[in-house]
Amino acid sequence: MIRFDHMTKRYEGGRDALRNISFEVPKGELVFLTGPSGAGKSTLLKLLACIERPTRGQVFVNDRNIGRLPNRQIPRYRQQIGLVFQDNKLLQDRSAFDNVALPLIITGMHQREVGRRVRAALDQVGLLKKEKSAPRTLSLGEQQRVGIARAVVSRPGLLVADEPTGNLDPELSLDIMRLFKRFNDIGVTMVIATHDLNLLNQLGGKRLVLKDGEIDEHTLPEFKR
Amino acid sequence: MIYKLRHYFGLHRQNAIDAFDDLIQKPLASMLTIAVIGIALALPAALNLLVQNGRSVADSFDGIRDFSVYLKPSTSLADAGKLAESLRLRSSIKTVRIISADDALKDFQETSGYSEALSTLGTNPLPHTLVVRPTEAADAARLTTLAAELSSKNNVDQVRIDTDWVKRLSAILDLLRRSVAIAGVLLIAAVIIIVGNTIRLDIQSRRDEIEVLKLLGASDGFVRRPFLYVGVWYGLVGGLFGIVLLVISALILAEPIERLTGLYQANFALQGLNFTSIGAILLGGFLSGWIGAWTAVSRHIASIQPE
Repeated sequence: MIRFDHMTKRYEGGRDALRNISFEVPKGELVFLTGPSGAGKSTLLKLLACIERPTRGQVFVNDRNIGRLPNRQIPRYRQQIGLVFQDNKLLQDRSAFDNVALPLIITGMHQREVGRRVRAALDQVGLLKKEKSAPRTLSLGEQQRVGIARAVVSRPGLLVADEPTGNLDPELSLDIMRLFKRFNDIGVTMVIATHDLNLLNQLGGKRLVLKDGEIDEHTLPEFKR
Repeated sequence: MIYKLRHYFGLHRQNAIDAFDDLIQKPLASMLTIAVIGIALALPAALNLLVQNGRSVADSFDGIRDFSVYLKPSTSLADAGKLAESLRLRSSIKTVRIISADDALKDFQETSGYSEALSTLGTNPLPHTLVVRPTEAADAARLTTLAAELSSKNNVDQVRIDTDWVKRLSAILDLLRRSVAIAGVLLIAAVIIIVGNTIRLDIQSRRDEIEVLKLLGASDGFVRRPFLYVGVWYGLVGGLFGIVLLVISALILAEPIERLTGLYQANFALQGLNFTSIGAILLGGFLSGWIGAWTAVSRHIASIQPE
């Protein structure tokens, strides 16, 4: 599903954010990306979301070299993955329903089908009754669940989450992680960046530890290629 | 295929409705922009109407093409009659009217207010006069040759064509028409800039939203469309406002114009807004709104990328 091949990312005029990264994540896997802040977790996720491009080496998703994707093909690629953000990035002037509907409207889905899918996604995250609520009237946990519904509504094969529980208390965090696990159980490949080790100890999944822009060798065997 | 097309137009309709809602959401800012656009579109249209009306005023002075042929004082009324008769036979001449010296004097006494001074003269200083009206088909060159021929005749003292001031009026109108064209181009450019700037600010204030849309896989085209519709609405509603301004101006001007034309006994009616000019204003609004929005989105939307 995901393959990094001797990938190095250097920001302009800066040091290497990621250095010579190689690993492979098979389809349907749940991967936690951890490591201290500044280790390169966010950069790695940005490469997966095609927000950044590799300086050297390659990144493959579904056997496509996304590091070399032409600009005009990026929107279509992003439509095929789900993104979850620490600050949920919901549009505040729209209801929960309209926020979740966005990815479907972008792909040009018919309105009736949109309604059906959005309600199904909201139901999966337990917020069907709040479809008309504005994001700011919802609790942080609920907002994050709306964000997850938005990420899964178009049924992507890959879901990428950057510190999805970063703003939540431990109990809510566990809720959110369990939610992710449910989607993983139905076959969605997941890469979740988090530095919350306590949380990880309560969950399964493989861990990929980044340190100073490199993969911690102890964790690598699981992702050998 | 048909389903897809219908769906496509459905999306556009939704965009158009959303864009209009957007305008209504912030009435004050929208109204200001619309007012400026309306005024900018109404101005060239009003000037254009002015020139058109000026032209029809000039046309209404049809008698201007008349010649006055002053005969020599020695010519008798009978000779004047003969000359008039011979002129009437020409193809380029429509009518010939004789104003006898006596009639001319009487007329002069009545209208000039010098009746007493004139009566002390004893003799009539005025000659007989022929007023020659050429046919409509006769062009300027033919009129000049005709005038030259008439003045070379024995009995004729002087031929006067009073067309100079019509030529001047016509030249002034031409100048005005070009000025209106220039003003029109400048004001349309102003509308494009106004819409472009408004849309640019709109894009900037929705930067976060655009970034999120792009993260969710929206193409530039998808992000662009609502802004283009907002631009088109600005142009169209501004155009409508401009038309309202013109109608109000015409109502205010109608009465004094009627009085003025009454004074000149001119054959003239104010040409108001016709469908062509209404269509032109709306089309101008539509196009300049669209172009303005396009200049803004093409420069700014591609440059907004999620970080």
